[in-house]
Amino acid sequence: MSGVVRISAQLAWRNLWRNHRRTVIMLGAISIGAWAMIFLTALSQGMVTEMIRDGLSVLPGHVQVHQADFRDDPNITNYIPIPDSEIEARLASGDFTEWATRINVPAVITSERETRSVTLLGIDPEREKGFTFVELDTIDGRFLDDVADTGIVIGRRLAERLETEVGKRVVIMSQDVGNEVADRGFRIVGVYRASLTSYEDNYALIGKRTAQELLGVGDHVTEAVVMGDDYRDVSAERAEVESLFAGEDDVVINDWKELDRYLATTLSAMDGFVLIWVVIIFLALSFGLVNTLIMAVFERVREIGVMLALGMKPAAILWQIVIESMLLLALGLVIGNVLAWVSVLPIRDGIDISIVSDGLEMWGMSNRLVPDLRLRDVALANGVVIVLGFLASILPAWRASHYDPVEAITKVE
Amino acid sequence: MFLVLRLAWRNLWRQPKRTLLTTGAMVFSNVLLIFMISLQFGMYGLMIENGLKVFTGDLQVQAPGYKDDAKMRLTVPNVAGIAADVRAVDGLDAAARASAFALASSEDRTYGVAITGVEPDHEPEVSSLPGLVKEGRYLDAPDAPEIVIGRLLARNLKVGLGDELTLLGSGVDGSFAAAVVTVVGIFETGVPDIDRGMTAMPLEYFQDMFYLGDAGHMVVVTTPTLADVPAAMTAVATLLPAGEDLVVLDWDTLEPGLKQSIQADLSSAIFMYFILVVLVAFSVLNTQTMSVLERTREFGIVMSLGLKPGRLARLVLLESALMGIIGVVAGALVGGLVTGYFSVYGLTYPGLEEMAAQFNLPGVMRPRVTLVSLFSGPLVVMLFSVIASLYPAMRLYRLAPVDAMRAT
Repeated sequence: MSGVVRISAQLAWRNLWRNHRRTVIMLGAISIGAWAMIFLTALSQGMVTEMIRDGLSVLPGHVQVHQADFRDDPNITNYIPIPDSEIEARLASGDFTEWATRINVPAVITSERETRSVTLLGIDPEREKGFTFVELDTIDGRFLDDVADTGIVIGRRLAERLETEVGKRVVIMSQDVGNEVADRGFRIVGVYRASLTSYEDNYALIGKRTAQELLGVGDHVTEAVVMGDDYRDVSAERAEVESLFAGEDDVVINDWKELDRYLATTLSAMDGFVLIWVVIIFLALSFGLVNTLIMAVFERVREIGVMLALGMKPAAILWQIVIESMLLLALGLVIGNVLAWVSVLPIRDGIDISIVSDGLEMWGMSNRLVPDLRLRDVALANGVVIVLGFLASILPAWRASHYDPVEAITKVE
Repeated sequence: MFLVLRLAWRNLWRQPKRTLLTTGAMVFSNVLLIFMISLQFGMYGLMIENGLKVFTGDLQVQAPGYKDDAKMRLTVPNVAGIAADVRAVDGLDAAARASAFALASSEDRTYGVAITGVEPDHEPEVSSLPGLVKEGRYLDAPDAPEIVIGRLLARNLKVGLGDELTLLGSGVDGSFAAAVVTVVGIFETGVPDIDRGMTAMPLEYFQDMFYLGDAGHMVVVTTPTLADVPAAMTAVATLLPAGEDLVVLDWDTLEPGLKQSIQADLSSAIFMYFILVVLVAFSVLNTQTMSVLERTREFGIVMSLGLKPGRLARLVLLESALMGIIGVVAGALVGGLVTGYFSVYGLTYPGLEEMAAQFNLPGVMRPRVTLVSLFSGPLVVMLFSVIASLYPAMRLYRLAPVDAMRAT
């Protein structure tokens, strides 16, 4: 059997180059198809990765713990009914990359000139440094020092809108735990930049202890969050958090896929899109592939008749043609893969697409596109081409192997 | 000419399988192109319409600088008067607005909100928001202490119809502004940011509360179609009171994200379409190169009989064009039918609703079949097919009749 395969393969290879023009054109088509499959997929995956990274940075925490009513009614009265020190102790006992507890409430910020509504975050600067959307190296002034810091850090855009700057004072108004208006003046100690300007508009950061005092909530927080190693799969972290908070009635645990349906659907829609794109390209290719095979068989009818008459098994003819097709595909794929890799390489640090940044922001994307070449997608593209290519070549090959030798030999062109 | 056409047509069917497969590739990509382009047109149309209809309008009159930085003191004087002047122009609808941020407190909740002062009589002509009131009614009196809020805000504030809200903010001069208003209506747009953060009050009451006098922040204008916007801009500009520093801005300037997100989507789509077209072109290149090679002897004979290579080249190009035409016709037919079906019955898939909501779109997509969406893709495919057969056609010029006749 192995001898048959070897001879078939040898014949297939030689047949491929009998009409080198046709083979080269077909190779060109397959290479471009494979290149397009992989290159575009890498760009799209990069876009989604970036989008999710940005999206998660404003919703920091892959798994989050809230009081049961908080998500519907984000009010300080719906704080987690477990003391913060106790929550911190529990999270510290877990095996998490990073975790934090914080206060997250709506508030109004007023400068001498303007009033805006913001989301006020009371954070522990030590714990949040790792995963805040604040780009720490481009901050004007300084970041918060500790939980009891009396300063406030706001976004660059918000500072512009409020016509204020580092060193000036603003007033924060929110609602305290007794439903009274709580207000307090803060000195702006830092103005941050973020990858999406809407974040700069919306988030003001103060120390966690300061926030607790302002809102009169004692040793309580509104959310506890945990970061996982890979945002695509946070089930292990989720299970661990659930076990840490097992038995607590008034607490809900969500992962980011539940907290942001838009991001979660985008992620899953992307996988579907990759498959559809690969299949469409393959279908466009398959017409050319089948065409090439049919013509190759058609030219060789007499020759195939002779081989059959001399006693070659129909199966060997079939294999010979299928192998010919597979060799063509494999060669095209190799070239396509190399092309894709070569074209991703120079832009691996990202390309600037700020020309449409406002539009991308609607999607929640920043203006840098870093291609994300995933082994899984490359394997998918190559796999689809090989499997479907095999199926597409079966029919012409099967028909060639079932010629009647006499008719085939006597066929005139 | 007719003879050449018949010759080309017959040549195509000497190898029916090959021709069918090549035109099949064309029809496949044409149908796909028609469907995708129609779908995008439908989506972009909705994005623009929905994006502008909810709030922005087609153009606005504002004080310079207000767009980039909505500061309270950048006002439009006599805002209702200007809106009335614009309304007098044929075909234009206009309404005056003012806006501010304030702290809204109910009995047990406090949230920061954006308040828009509107003309209750004219706001429904420029915005779809009044039509989305699901509970209670929209504002009706120009100076009543009333407010309309979104569903999510109502839930967050724990208020219903008839409940009172206390508003705290700062007036145009920086002074303290406060009011107590009654919730008369609750709207629901389905866009969380709007349902959570937007409220509307009667303009005159709003002006009193924030010490604006007769000033506001914008006149919102809508035109019959987007194509009328440039003409409307000129018309509105002439109506503005002399000596006042005001600007007229179109929707593209007001919502740069809208056009750019369309551009971004379009450019990635064009890349995909281009790849498809190139693959089809390769198919044609392959077919035509083979068919020219097969006919080497035949071409040698007719050339030795005196036929110029140019005419043969045109024959080859004509063959490709014929395949292209079959592709255009069959593609437009099948593509038109498929797309037409979905434009009537709509298209949806799991997860679409969540994604669409981000852009304020419904969860069902309807492709929009137009002449452009029906023929632009297929004609490009045809063009590239003819370009692809230039290579085999050009080879004919290098053909020496005697050698060609002897070719095997």
